[in-house]
Amino acid sequence: MDKAADEERAMYKVSGITKNFSDNQILKGVSLEIEPNKTTVLIGPSGSGKTTLLRCINLLEIPDGGVVEVGGLSYEFGRGRKPKIDDPRLREIRSRTGMVFQNFQLFPHWTVLENIMKGPVTVLKREKEQCRKEALELLVKVGLSDKKDAYPYELSGGQQQRIAIARALAMKPELLLFDEPTSALDPELEAEVLNIIRQLVEEKRTIVIVTHKMSFAKEIADKIVFFDQGMIVKEGSYEEVENCGNQRITQFLNMIKN
Amino acid sequence: MSERHMEIIGRTFWPMLEKGLLYSVPLAVVSFILGIVIAVIAALVIINRIPFFKQLADIYIWVFRGTPLLVQLFIVYWGICNPLGIDKWIASITAFSLNVGAYSAETIRAAILSIPKGQWEAGYAIGMNYRQVFFQVIIPQAAKVSVPPLFNSFISLVKDTSLASTIMISEMFRKAQEFASSNFEYLLIYSEVAVVYLMFCTVLNGLQKVIEVKLRVGKN
Ligand SMILES: Nc1ncnc2c1ncn2[C@@H]1O[C@H](COP(=O)(O)OP(=O)(O)OP(=O)(O)O)[C@@H](O)[C@H]1O
Ligand SMILES: [Mg+2]
Repeated sequence: MDKAADEERAMYKVSGITKNFSDNQILKGVSLEIEPNKTTVLIGPSGSGKTTLLRCINLLEIPDGGVVEVGGLSYEFGRGRKPKIDDPRLREIRSRTGMVFQNFQLFPHWTVLENIMKGPVTVLKREKEQCRKEALELLVKVGLSDKKDAYPYELSGGQQQRIAIARALAMKPELLLFDEPTSALDPELEAEVLNIIRQLVEEKRTIVIVTHKMSFAKEIADKIVFFDQGMIVKEGSYEEVENCGNQRITQFLNMIKN
Repeated sequence: MSERHMEIIGRTFWPMLEKGLLYSVPLAVVSFILGIVIAVIAALVIINRIPFFKQLADIYIWVFRGTPLLVQLFIVYWGICNPLGIDKWIASITAFSLNVGAYSAETIRAAILSIPKGQWEAGYAIGMNYRQVFFQVIIPQAAKVSVPPLFNSFISLVKDTSLASTIMISEMFRKAQEFASSNFEYLLIYSEVAVVYLMFCTVLNGLQKVIEVKLRVGKN
């Protein structure tokens, strides 16, 4: 793959995304450019639509309107028939993004190693032995080499989430999405997951993360996006967002500090 | 127990067990396998809401769960197969598999729906397509959930094969009736045959345990 193609593929952008659930408009025309090799942190009150936006970015949720672009690929919604979740073009976009869920969602009937290898082997149709080797390397990276043959139910929440991160990384995604990756974890298990994410941030991967942990957000964010009632209210560096003088933001930050 | 009773048991137990092993058990096994095939198809058709076939499957389940198995057997044999000259074994296998299929379709449908939506999404999130998610992620987990209720159906079916005696199929219970009507030892003979059914079901209980351990049922 040549460099130009590489750079082009790193571009990720959504524009004018709308999403309704029955009569409620949850996303009201959201546009966001996700900067390559940077970490974007999405914050905002509960129910504001952060999860929905993240799910629209990797098309687990089909937007009602707007455009999703990744590299050369773009998909416009709201014109003509609504695509099915199984649409090959959406799958292509999805296979290029990694999603880490709040509640891990490992495949319970497969071992840790099988969980990680599944995507590359089944979706990317890559050679099994090579995938196995890479999966083992990913296990070293998340510090769980000794668990390769364990089943998910034998792992702690923190360990499960680290495996879920490895599973996402196995697809060599151009964009990594995290939805409150530690909010289902006990505080003492949180650190091990945050450390892995820190490492990914240092590797200059393209990341979008939703979190309520403001200290962590401040530490890792190249850009903070404050989201409220289905709209982006403010985006910028942490200081810019904190000091922008918007009442709702000040309120939210004060509330969350306590 | 008198010597006469011992003598009767010695003379009747093995022939009945033999009928059970040669006819009742195969009748149950074949009907159950066919029933599961029918059930999987019906469950898939219903879950995927395939037009026309879904309605057909709904009606099938409604009818076969809502009428007695004995009546179904009589309709299939006396009403359809006998006039057409179709063998009574085929008639009974048809009736049994349709009946167990209707119940199992509901079991399998419920098991598939019991797998959390998040599992679908985890599969889609790594780029899998519908078929890959369905057959590789959802079905194996649903199969695990289905094992206990499906064994319930199978155990019921093994006992229900005794109904085939009513259309003169020479399975185990038919043999018991023949013995009883020749020596009038109803209590003895029918208790004997009950013991054999109990033996069969005990083996099935054991088999269920083995399968549950193998599939790690209850561990997630
Ligand atoms: N599948 C759905 N069907 C109907 N309503 C939904 C669905 N998913 C989300 N919503 C609604 O959309 C709104 C936004 O939800 P979303 O989960 O995106 O918020 P959030 O910002 O992630 O909140 P939190 O911080 O609590 O996770 C909520 O009011 C929610 O009830
Ligand atoms: Mg959320």
